[in-house]
Amino acid sequence: MDKLTALSPCAGLLPLTIGATKVVEVEPGQMTSVAPYNGQLNKLSKAMKAAHGVEYPQANGLTREGDTQAVWFGHAQAMLVGPVVEAGLAKHAALTDQSDAWAVVALSGDAAENVLARLVPVDVRLAHFPVGMAVRTQLQHLSVSLVRVDEGTFQIMAFRSMAHTLVHDLKTAMEAVAARG
Amino acid sequence: MRITCPICGERDRREFYYKGHAVSLDRPAPDAGEEAWDNYVYLRENPAGETRDLWQHEGGCGAWIEVTRNTVTHEITATRLVSEAKS
Repeated sequence: MDKLTALSPCAGLLPLTIGATKVVEVEPGQMTSVAPYNGQLNKLSKAMKAAHGVEYPQANGLTREGDTQAVWFGHAQAMLVGPVVEAGLAKHAALTDQSDAWAVVALSGDAAENVLARLVPVDVRLAHFPVGMAVRTQLQHLSVSLVRVDEGTFQIMAFRSMAHTLVHDLKTAMEAVAARG
Repeated sequence: MRITCPICGERDRREFYYKGHAVSLDRPAPDAGEEAWDNYVYLRENPAGETRDLWQHEGGCGAWIEVTRNTVTHEITATRLVSEAKS
């Protein structure tokens, strides 16, 4: 069989710099959804801390240690990003490998908030959306996870099949913000 | 219109999917009889005033939410998770 070349979700689409904003693709490593069983949240959180250095995140929050993130991902669900998940966590939670299912990008720059303000129906200003906040919302019509990883950078995760749409929507908003000068 | 998700906080209406009256939280017992089941499946109130609906925070955390709202003033007076309403 021919040798196959793996392509990242945004291969050929990113990086993109327009005006005062930049989007780059993030290679997150393994992504595993962690859905705690009833009554197991505390045990799960301790086991995650022991195995990966991150506790189970609070609602709308994020825990991280080095390149490992535990991103709150909805009602009774978090996404462990980075390492291969410790199999023992399966005692406390349903684990699903979603590594190839998501496109992950980082949006940064002085106008990043203005770009997102055109796309998502949440207030992304620093006072309302501090570093370490992680929400599920919609970016135009896409269901996304949006995290402020540092003051000037947002991490956006969307379904891999929607990578072109994600980049197109970001590009359109970046151009519109840049055109205002 | 904005709805306060008990998990995510106040969000835009576009993130939510509307199901209908919260009657489906009060499913009759299997042997409750024809009249109770007829009411449950087919008959709905059309109140001018307070009503309870089910909404799903589809574009957010995914939770089902029971919303108490007023059909006359459009005021939303309460929201709670269906998982808590049932427990």
